[in-house]
Amino acid sequence: MHIIVLIKFVPDLVEEMEIDDSRTALDRTFMRLIPSEQDEHALEQALLLNERLGGTVSVVTLDTGDVDETLFTAVASGADRVIKIIGEGFEAGINNHAASAVLYEALKDVGFDLILTGTQAVDDLDGSVGPLLAARLDLPYVGYITGITQEDGKIVVRKEYPGGLIAEMEVSLPAVIGIQAAEEAPRYVVTSLVMEAMKTATIEELDVEAVDGSGAVGIERMYLPEPSERAEMIDGDVDQVADALVALFQERGLI
Amino acid sequence: MPIEPMLVLVGFLAALTVFSYRLYQRFVHMRLGQPARSFTQFGERIKALLVFVFGQRRLFRFPMPGLGHFFIFWGFVLLFPTIVLAILEGIFPDLLVPFFGTFGPLAVLQDLIAVAVIAAVLYGLYLRLIAKPERYQGSHQAEGTLVLFLILTIMTSLLLMNGLRQNLGESLIEPAYWQPISVLVGSLFAGLGEGVQQVIGSAAYWVHLGVVLVFLAILPVGKHFHVVTSVFNVFLRNQEPPGNLPPAPQFDGQVGIKNVEQFSWLQMLAWYSCTECGRCQEVCPAYASGLPLSPKLLIMGLRAHLFERGSALQAANGTGSSQAIGNGAGQEVLEKELTGDVIADEVLWACTTCYACDQECPLFVEHITPIVDMRRYLLTQQRADTQLMAALGNLRRYGNSFGQSDRKRAMWTKGLEPKIKDIRKEAAQTLWFVGDYASYSPALTAITQATARVFQKAGIDFGLLYDAERNAGNDLRRVGEEGLFELLAMKNKAALDKCEFADIVTTDPHTYNTLVNEYAANGKSPPVYHYTEVLERAIISGQLPIQHQLGYTVTFHDPCYLGRYNGIYDAPRRVLEAIGCRVVEMPRNRDRSLCCGAGGGRIWMEEKGINERPSEIRIREAISLGNAQYFVVACPKDVTMYRDAVKTIGQEGTIEVKDIIELVEEALLAASPVLLEGDESRTGSRLIEQEVDG
Amino acid sequence: MSQDIWVVVEALRGDVSEISYTMLAAGRALADGLGGKLIVLLLGHKAEAMASTLGAADEVHYVEHASLAEFTPDAYQRVIARLIKEDPPRAALFGHSSMGMDVVCSIGIRLGAPLITYCQTLDVEDGVPRYISLTCGGKVLAGGELPAPTCLVTIVPGGYKPEDGKKEGAPEVTQFAPPAVLDDLKVNLKGYIEPEVGEVDVTKEAILVSVGRGIQQQDNLKLAEELASAMGGAVSASRPIVDQGWLPTSRLIGKSGMSVKPRLYLPLGISGAPEHMEGVTDFETMIAINTDERAPIFDIAQYGATVDVLDLLPVLIEKVKDAKSG
Repeated sequence: MHIIVLIKFVPDLVEEMEIDDSRTALDRTFMRLIPSEQDEHALEQALLLNERLGGTVSVVTLDTGDVDETLFTAVASGADRVIKIIGEGFEAGINNHAASAVLYEALKDVGFDLILTGTQAVDDLDGSVGPLLAARLDLPYVGYITGITQEDGKIVVRKEYPGGLIAEMEVSLPAVIGIQAAEEAPRYVVTSLVMEAMKTATIEELDVEAVDGSGAVGIERMYLPEPSERAEMIDGDVDQVADALVALFQERGLI
Repeated sequence: MPIEPMLVLVGFLAALTVFSYRLYQRFVHMRLGQPARSFTQFGERIKALLVFVFGQRRLFRFPMPGLGHFFIFWGFVLLFPTIVLAILEGIFPDLLVPFFGTFGPLAVLQDLIAVAVIAAVLYGLYLRLIAKPERYQGSHQAEGTLVLFLILTIMTSLLLMNGLRQNLGESLIEPAYWQPISVLVGSLFAGLGEGVQQVIGSAAYWVHLGVVLVFLAILPVGKHFHVVTSVFNVFLRNQEPPGNLPPAPQFDGQVGIKNVEQFSWLQMLAWYSCTECGRCQEVCPAYASGLPLSPKLLIMGLRAHLFERGSALQAANGTGSSQAIGNGAGQEVLEKELTGDVIADEVLWACTTCYACDQECPLFVEHITPIVDMRRYLLTQQRADTQLMAALGNLRRYGNSFGQSDRKRAMWTKGLEPKIKDIRKEAAQTLWFVGDYASYSPALTAITQATARVFQKAGIDFGLLYDAERNAGNDLRRVGEEGLFELLAMKNKAALDKCEFADIVTTDPHTYNTLVNEYAANGKSPPVYHYTEVLERAIISGQLPIQHQLGYTVTFHDPCYLGRYNGIYDAPRRVLEAIGCRVVEMPRNRDRSLCCGAGGGRIWMEEKGINERPSEIRIREAISLGNAQYFVVACPKDVTMYRDAVKTIGQEGTIEVKDIIELVEEALLAASPVLLEGDESRTGSRLIEQEVDG
Repeated sequence: MSQDIWVVVEALRGDVSEISYTMLAAGRALADGLGGKLIVLLLGHKAEAMASTLGAADEVHYVEHASLAEFTPDAYQRVIARLIKEDPPRAALFGHSSMGMDVVCSIGIRLGAPLITYCQTLDVEDGVPRYISLTCGGKVLAGGELPAPTCLVTIVPGGYKPEDGKKEGAPEVTQFAPPAVLDDLKVNLKGYIEPEVGEVDVTKEAILVSVGRGIQQQDNLKLAEELASAMGGAVSASRPIVDQGWLPTSRLIGKSGMSVKPRLYLPLGISGAPEHMEGVTDFETMIAINTDERAPIFDIAQYGATVDVLDLLPVLIEKVKDAKSG
């Protein structure tokens, strides 16, 4: 199976989020971008399918700055091709409508069986790249997937619903699938293998011109939530906190 | 030609042939191994031979067995001529060998040592058959016991033989007082007729010779091969500082060790030298906690696998007479995976790299290096638990195992006045390399801040790398992620290069170890100190004015990477004494300290298969002293592990874990007024409890 | 231009989902503010009876077809897209869920309709409908206008109480035949797989001791169990715990897990990410323990403390036991 994995770089939530001067977007000056966690699961799922069924895995990402290390790590994990798409404005951040339009231009004439990407990313505000791209390519899309098997030229996906319920759906190929979690945790590749990939592998580059972000709803203001609606904090050491909790429990008739 | 010399000759040649064949076979297997690093420092090596082989120094770490082996070793050396003589005189009955056959003083030495050997062997049999120490578990016990009996037989038959010869006037040693013990043995038979004594004497000779030849034949098989190989093994041992782990072996893109022939022949020589004594197993914290790792069984397993695989490879190549193995069984052996089939993954991941085993081994067998080399391979195959892999992912992305932003590394400094120097911008005398745990663990923030305050009070001109600091990488090397160590070390060195400072201090012994032993750039490195050394200097010079003597009774736990690896034992004790603490020692102290279980990356792994954590075993050891109020540590991971252990075993009222800096800071304050009932201070109430209990 | 608000209701195996009621509450407020109608779009097969729970709406447009019996993305998006195209509302609300997110992007692209997701609250200011959405794990909020003439919105739980969307009364039901062609579907449902049956049904527990990453080791779960049993409750968990296999999925609270409404919710070492918190649809008392004082959980909990969970549990267990006996 020829699988394409889409990786989107998103803000690292380990850091503090800051709003830029226009008050309509995140301040990206000191922002560290990391590959979206669900996209890493998508890559892992692709590699698992590749190990089971054979074929190729190609990783595609928009060049938002520091993407090379992630791509080389993907090669070290088993990806066959890694491609970065270069365009103006990517570093400043583009919305998913624009990103999916770029990807459409890059992939519309490419042959593939499956596109895997994460169901959503932490900075999605206008839908997700996967289903938007699927619509542009006129391909079926199913999201929230935690398992994929192949059956008679189609794939069967396991879709997560609330309460732990799973729906099995049969999907015709080619298709775009949104991964919620891979069947195994994303593999860790030792640094020496990544370093080796850096020396031996090449990242293909693709240039793209127009970037069309229309279709997303405009953001008038972006802001951090007020701290005033916060919990009443109980100070003190473990003994004092435990006492306070017991008092609360008793007060509310819970014990 | 008379029959007897023929028999002796034939017997000797047969035994020699068997011995040589077996020796050669093992030599051929060893040839499969990789080249060893070149050998240097021959002066040191000669000294090692004198101290560790002839002096048997490490043997005495277990005093009684050590004494026993000392005698057996010297018995073997001194009595070797008698064995040669026995063979020669059997083949050439009229031969007269000067000195060895006739020198009186030598004979008396030999007689006395023979008694010592017998005593040692009897003690050994007592251990094997009655005492049955834990460390023998898994060793080839039958073989060990058999050889003890063989040695006993050789000794007694020798004395009997010599004694009867004296009786019959056939001895070459004159006067008879040069063989007092033999004479004593002979006197037991003096009442018998001459003919009978001839027969017994002759029988003693044949038994003596026969057992010696049997021993020769079985020598290369099993643990007594060490008789041949140990001298070489000690002479050729690794003389690098233990804290400097050898680089990762690489084979055409494969990192670490996958097959047994990828070890060096020198390591294989070490396996041949293993006597299965179990001292390594005895001191191993992983083994004590119930994990499947025994350093002894690891080495025995590697040795056995080398033999079976070597033989199978010979058979596959059509060389050697191992065709007996046959294609089927041989193929099965060749398909065995070193990691997984021969040595299980869990065994390799159980090691804390505490160095107790390597230090204990009388023959300098290295256990940690093979484990790390095999771990290096396992990681390339993603054969590690998910928690470890997640920690490695965090270390690679953020430079710390906590998954916290590198920009928050110095958040512990918030609120400290005056603000600590940023050594990236301002020169300072001392660079304080803080380390992951001291920086990020919320439970340790107070201790790190206390350290800063004490440094300031001592007038030390110090600064931090702030956000530029990364995990120093000691445990990354030991968990098998060599590449990540190099990456982080490169970043640290780049940061250090840009700063101006004269020396480095750290509170973390792991950080200390790698900075001292593995970070030398272009051969030069600034002096690195552990904070206990800095505290000692500051207190003794008066720069850190101690306001009052604490008067506590404490026990000190020696961190593995400070003590065993780097020989620092006294500085923390002197600090404790200088602040008025009475230090009581746990049975396992200094280089026998029991590892807390966090090293070797274990603190990043899932805890599975543990019966009792080493940290809990250790706390119980401290409590059994009966009078230690505080369990004092000098390592951030120790604080974490031991405070957890005290809680888990419910001993919060009995003993408290304190970092040495907490006690030092307390001593810097003026004494609080004497505290009696009503006051919650620990000191007061504890002291009173002590007095009441007497 | 129409000022009607459409709500695309979600139903799974015959049950209308909770998020549908949240959407109805949001939609009602919006429709009232704009002076338009609140119309529910219901797709299904022999599912007219579900309309009786949708009393908050003014009308129900019900599309009947065998292929719509259960949700599949291809069939549903074809139908919904066609209906919106033929009669565009001011805004169409979808659940931000496994169903809604499968179809909304596709509909937006095909119709050229603007899309805003992760929306928590909607309101009307000077006759203009406005949204507030969450992003970056709840750490950042974004707000703006819903563009005219038609806009697609996905709704996340938390901005409205589902009860406000549940009203008695039967709105007028108009049945439609599917306007789109429903053959040659690219996605077909094979069947459902039930979740593992757990001995514990967290949705029925009044007291939940919920564990997250802060519990650190699997061994420490027994402390949580002890507290839960001392208080007469049960242990639940966030995603990382279930992903590791330390607890079964029946204990998972969150988007892909259970939705609970306990009297007491005690998140221990849980950061409070939206995917988890949306599983706590209501609560009486929430006390959060997390060493990170900036964790989003403290925005939702009423009380909190930054002590270490592992330090607190043994002490708290003792004190609870004492309080219950003494």
